[in-house]
Amino acid sequence: MTDPKALSPLDLETPDKTFLDANELVINMGPQHPATHGVLRVILRLDGEKVMGLECVIGYLHRGVEKIGENRTYTMFNPYVDRMDYVAAVSNGLGYCEAVEKLLSVEAPPRAQYIRVILTELNRIASHQLWLGTHALDIGAITPLFYTFRDREEILKIFEKYCGARLTTHAFRIGGLQYEAYEGFEKDVKNFVSFVKPKIDEYEELLTTNRIWLERTKGVGVISGKDCIALGVTGPVLRASGVKWDIRKAQPYANYKNFEFEIPTGQNGDTYDRYIVRMVEMRQSLRIIEQAVESIPEGPIMAKVPKVMKPPVGEVYHSIEAPKGELGYFIVSDGSTQPYRVRVRPPSFVNLQALDLMCRGQLVADVIAVIGTLDIVLGEVDR
Amino acid sequence: MHALVQYIQSYLDSDRTPGAAGNFFWATIYILLVFVGLSVAVIAMNWLERKILAHMQVRLGPMRVGPHGLLQPIADALKLLLKEDIIPAEADATVFWIAPFIVVLAAFTVFVVVPFGPTHAITDMNIGILFMLGVSSLSVLGIVTAGWASNSHYPLIGALRSSAQMVSYEVAMGLAVVSAIMMTSLSSQGTLSMIGIVQAQKDQQEWFIFKFFPLGLIAFGIFAVAMVAETNRAPFDLPEAESELTAGFHTEYSGFRWSLFFLAEYSAMIAVSSIAVTLWLGGWMRPFPNALAGATWDNIFAFVPGVAFLFLAAVCFYNTARMPKHPLFKTQTLGLAGFGAVLALIGLILFWEPVRVRVQDIFWFSAKVAGFMYLYIWYRGTFPRYRFDQLMKMGWKVLLPTGLALLILTAIVGMRAELLADLQGVWRR
Amino acid sequence: MNPNPPVATPFFFYLLAAVMIIGGILVITRKNAVHSALALITTLLAQAGLYLMLYAPFVAGVQIILYAGGIMVLFLFVIMLISIERNLKERQFNHQWLIGIAAAAALGGLFIAVYTTTTQGKVLFPSVGRLSYVESGNTQGIATLLFDRHFGTYMFAFEIASLLLLVAIIGAVVMAKKRI
Repeated sequence: MTDPKALSPLDLETPDKTFLDANELVINMGPQHPATHGVLRVILRLDGEKVMGLECVIGYLHRGVEKIGENRTYTMFNPYVDRMDYVAAVSNGLGYCEAVEKLLSVEAPPRAQYIRVILTELNRIASHQLWLGTHALDIGAITPLFYTFRDREEILKIFEKYCGARLTTHAFRIGGLQYEAYEGFEKDVKNFVSFVKPKIDEYEELLTTNRIWLERTKGVGVISGKDCIALGVTGPVLRASGVKWDIRKAQPYANYKNFEFEIPTGQNGDTYDRYIVRMVEMRQSLRIIEQAVESIPEGPIMAKVPKVMKPPVGEVYHSIEAPKGELGYFIVSDGSTQPYRVRVRPPSFVNLQALDLMCRGQLVADVIAVIGTLDIVLGEVDR
Repeated sequence: MHALVQYIQSYLDSDRTPGAAGNFFWATIYILLVFVGLSVAVIAMNWLERKILAHMQVRLGPMRVGPHGLLQPIADALKLLLKEDIIPAEADATVFWIAPFIVVLAAFTVFVVVPFGPTHAITDMNIGILFMLGVSSLSVLGIVTAGWASNSHYPLIGALRSSAQMVSYEVAMGLAVVSAIMMTSLSSQGTLSMIGIVQAQKDQQEWFIFKFFPLGLIAFGIFAVAMVAETNRAPFDLPEAESELTAGFHTEYSGFRWSLFFLAEYSAMIAVSSIAVTLWLGGWMRPFPNALAGATWDNIFAFVPGVAFLFLAAVCFYNTARMPKHPLFKTQTLGLAGFGAVLALIGLILFWEPVRVRVQDIFWFSAKVAGFMYLYIWYRGTFPRYRFDQLMKMGWKVLLPTGLALLILTAIVGMRAELLADLQGVWRR
Repeated sequence: MNPNPPVATPFFFYLLAAVMIIGGILVITRKNAVHSALALITTLLAQAGLYLMLYAPFVAGVQIILYAGGIMVLFLFVIMLISIERNLKERQFNHQWLIGIAAAAALGGLFIAVYTTTTQGKVLFPSVGRLSYVESGNTQGIATLLFDRHFGTYMFAFEIASLLLLVAIIGAVVMAKKRI
């Protein structure tokens, strides 16, 4: 194992001399680069094609979401969190709503919780589909992207029917839901589950046993479980390194403890394991959705929440398992209508730290693969 | 005047290529034909690639410019010609300027020896295949200089990758080619001439892909892999890997100069496919020359080109009928019908005997090459991209040893009678 | 019919020769190594053209594949890895021009000697090693010269040359290994 602390910081000013007086190359990847998933800028130091080290420059998408939170009421801030991880907006909303609910000591009614779980898991599938498409595109397989987008469309349609928005859904409210599930919601979800199951097999058919895919992903970007924990890496990346840690099981929130599902783990912590883990996760999400949609209870969808929210003085940290890892909200209340401080623990930001460790000694092409496999969303990294 | 007409007509029934016959008039005509045909093929290939890839990827592809996007490549070409031609301030302007021309020249020059039929080549060289390999290997110079002259990191890495890749795959490619050339020596004196190679397959009554099964097939396989790497296409498109190097060696190029690279890439694809077709797939010969031999079958196969064009015309007409019945689509519907009519007319002309006899060779050759073009598109739609070290490993550690072993095996199998005789002689002594 | 139609017209000869000489001069006068390499490629291609005019298409083809297509690509490959900017500032000419002139004069003298001796009825090279073939037999002609039992006088020289290349390869490996 490499100790993350032992990695020396990059000296970008004076590249070392190598063979034949050729200098090491320092190249700038991004912020406008097709494969950095947004506006990530990576400064690479290369010896030929070998990566000697890299440095991430972030902040190109910084919008000050946390600061905005201090100037908005609890309800008003809710839509803003959708804009962080915009491919998994529902998860963001769930985390925020539950955190504030914890602060207010209320709990959403069971029916609301079931619908929340269904939507969140649908969103997890959508997020993983987008990850799979772009990750495969980075590695050079252009076709899976279109398949995953075709199928993700069905999820977005359900979102649109439910709350009118496709991407930044703002689906949940503090204390429950604003909208009752539309007529035919359950049928739509069931249809989707039976529709997408063979599609996931289709993606796997294209990639899982593909020789080139195996060569490009096996043993690439290896990170050990210990390193993951040391760096705070969570989510599928952590699980692929063999650490069985999923907040849905470890600290159950919503009503995940009512559902049966498994947490997939890998052994090698390489890109291929992360791929497999996410593929299995999609199937497990379908399993959760199936169980939830079968047993949605009747009842109210909104708990008793005051119109003007003034949570008692105090602080709360609540984290959920977002598609990309642990998404935590730390909210400090001073008793007024606006939070004193909102701090988000975004999975992408923390996971991105591991990039340098995972890429050293690999080739340029692997950097792309590793950025893809970390599944970062720059909106969430920069907030 | 009369002499001129006679000079022109004298070649018509010649059994040699215009270059070999020393007929400058027809040589010029052939050069123009090949040049125009190649440009049309590249344009068609552009449209086909986008359409086929789109349909593989559950989308429609170009649909707006012309019926089913048929005029899209022309619109693209116009756009590229009208675009500003940017030469970066820090670039080495002269080299930057020359590089695309090297690539295009190399890609087009090889077609001098491509045999579209027993007489349908610009010229027949004694060293045909060597000439093709040599000149197509020059295109790497253009790519390297393009990457270097851009004076930018991504193009430089792209150029380094491509030069390493092309040089190493040329070796494997050469070995596969040599094994096919050795097979030519079984029927007559061995030859490097492109036409001679096809003639040898005709004489031996066997396409070289089936010769000494599975030796010919393996050689073909090596070549089929190496040629994809040689033309920098998926899954070996590392020099222009979009997700890694933005666009590789032509990142800094724009407009007309960029389109030259595009043109060169596609004509190089056609060129290497022509080599594969000539060496292993019987060149201009029709399918099943043995199993379905005889004058009757010859006649039936002679009608295939016309039927193929009529079929394409029928597809056009079918889609014309399916066009939306809206005044907005009137021009498009008419255009598609017109295109179908042109195809049908070509099909009918191809039934006419003098044309039929002369053109069927070209048709079969082009059809085989088109099959390879489809493979290229299929690869692109299916495969992820290799990594650089894996690519090198594949070239040097898999293809090269296989090629060498194949060469020795082919030699042994080809000379087995002589070898046996020699061994018996030694035994007796 | 004449098996060798006259493509070797003086016009093409002088054109190619001029290209070669200009290219050669550019190779040694350009400060930028890549420009020199490109000029060298032009020279080599023109030389291939001369081979073609001598009815040696095989040699011409090999010249294109090996020199222009293979070796020069490696040249460029290495040149590109070296920082050009620094080399531009350095003095690129050493003080061996005297030796250079002497060597050039010796080579020129040899050419003149060969030319004069052969034209005076004497034979510098044995007739057994001469090539006489039609254009279509060029490839086979070379093989005959090299490997034939009766005419193969150049087998030894050929093998020596290949040994030299082998030594160069081993040397390259040794030099490269030192760095690893």
